[in-house]
Amino acid sequence: MARAVTSRRKLINTTAAWAVGLLIFFPILWTILTSFKTEGQAIASPPIFLGFDWTLENYKTVMERSNYARFLWNSIIIAGLSTIIGLIVAVPAAWSMAFVPSRRTKDILLWMLSTKMLPAVGVLYPIYLLFIKMGLLDSRAGLVVVMMLINLPIIVWMLYTYFREIPGEILEAARMDGATLKEEVLYILTPMAIPGIASTMLLNFILAWNEAFWTLNLTAVNAAPLTAFIASYSSPEGLFFAKLSAASTMAIAPILILGWFSQKQLVRGLTFGAVK
Amino acid sequence: MGQIQLKQVTKSFGDVQVIPPLDLTIQDGEFTVFVGPSGCGKSTLLRLIAGLEDITSGTIDIDGVDATDLVPAKRKLAMVFQSYALYPHMSVRKNIAFPLKMAKMDQAEIERRVNGAAEVLNLADYIDRRPGQLSGGQRQRVAIGRAIVREPSAFLFDEPLSNLDAALRVGMRLEISELHERLKTTMIYVTHDQVEAMTMADKIVVLRAGHIEQVGSPLELYHKPRNLFVAGFIGSPKMNLIDGQEAAKHDAHTIGVRPEHIDVVESDGLWQGTVGVAEHLGSDTFLHIHNTGFGEMMTVRAAGEVNLRHGDKIHLNPRVEEIHRFDSKGLRIA
Repeated sequence: MARAVTSRRKLINTTAAWAVGLLIFFPILWTILTSFKTEGQAIASPPIFLGFDWTLENYKTVMERSNYARFLWNSIIIAGLSTIIGLIVAVPAAWSMAFVPSRRTKDILLWMLSTKMLPAVGVLYPIYLLFIKMGLLDSRAGLVVVMMLINLPIIVWMLYTYFREIPGEILEAARMDGATLKEEVLYILTPMAIPGIASTMLLNFILAWNEAFWTLNLTAVNAAPLTAFIASYSSPEGLFFAKLSAASTMAIAPILILGWFSQKQLVRGLTFGAVK
Repeated sequence: MGQIQLKQVTKSFGDVQVIPPLDLTIQDGEFTVFVGPSGCGKSTLLRLIAGLEDITSGTIDIDGVDATDLVPAKRKLAMVFQSYALYPHMSVRKNIAFPLKMAKMDQAEIERRVNGAAEVLNLADYIDRRPGQLSGGQRQRVAIGRAIVREPSAFLFDEPLSNLDAALRVGMRLEISELHERLKTTMIYVTHDQVEAMTMADKIVVLRAGHIEQVGSPLELYHKPRNLFVAGFIGSPKMNLIDGQEAAKHDAHTIGVRPEHIDVVESDGLWQGTVGVAEHLGSDTFLHIHNTGFGEMMTVRAAGEVNLRHGDKIHLNPRVEEIHRFDSKGLRIA
């Protein structure tokens, strides 16, 4: 007998899902709400949820005080380029591991992932010194390279699992049909892998956009992206929650909008391979 | 033209030799079936001929030309895969046209050939659909269509029917046989199903552990199996094999009698036993007999109308002229 899903159960499940969703979203919502409050209302106790005087003052101040456009541009360059370069490196790597595996393929995959198990701060010192030596400190080029390298294992893993779902016989059929390696990749593999490549690209872009440890430690002014922009509102002159919230909202807005429009693609990419 | 010649071909994966030195010639226009239990190397052999696997040593000639080091595309062979291996993102038309496009054929000729194949295989109704929207049988037809448009010197089939249901399988079997009659092109067909092998082949190659056990026409294999393995593998239901005293009476280590060569008699049969299961197929009845005194259960093919039940005593007479004799090494005694 098929498992019956009663409407009562459905109601409970739906409510629970919404509750968890709201719980996760609440900090973001609170940040957005706070960005429209005055500094006084922002720290009021008990906290004011909606009944405050809505103001755009914080945004105005933030825009006046910092060069938002420059931070935004840096974020786009760093996240975008590191993603593109990462894909250029990862696609052939994942390709060969998925379709021409050797006895060591599994070890290589695990070894790559193991680099993600090391706390980033563990390699801060050597990388910082390298950056100084090579004159890469506070440069976008340096950050693109670091960002690409730290996300590379994830890109390769995602692409690898995706490519592995493409049956080898289809590629062999193309070979029998007279396709050269280039034609096989161009006409058969790539069209079949596009959804996977797209969701990998998207996820990696989001990861790079939100990355704060390296961007905060390796940049100062010139190459500082939006994460540094948020951080710049956090301390020296004391706490200004409303302005900090406005800066945060401005920093996450682009990626939130991108994520919203591509959520279908993202979810598909993240759950891929889980259910066949 | 489509003669394929394998000379001293071997294949090893690491330290494991899956194909020991093997010689085989497949004549132009022949329908050859590689048959054997799973893991016997039949698919590997096909993939070696296709060029999808590199051979470890030896040579493969196709049409008299050494093809050993040629890439699959240059061997002028077409292959139909077990999983059909259609391109999921292309319509049926584009799937079939793909090898022609790769051959840089001009558009008018591609059109002509695709339409020709569609007509031969009754694909016209779903020519603009994607493979995902087709049934198993339809997909198999598309895969065959993609193979025939290239007009290859030989077709390679790797268990093409094993994903289809029984009824469809019989239908497609006939279609492939008819296709061979019409095209007269060399075909190599891999299967583990000896019924497919018997019904379709001009020549059967029986393989076990990479070795060729016997090569011959279906009836040669049926009437003169070279050894116990072939005797047991070809024919359905399986040949009854009897050792010991009964075999010694025929100056053999083992004798074999096919179920259809044993007659059920009223009394005074040479052999006796009790009926275990009687399988009524309508046209025939397969009787599985216990307590014959030969150890193993015996299978007898009787007439459809036979009225025997579990536990009935039965008398049997083998047809002496149809008894196969084997020596202690399992080889046929002439």
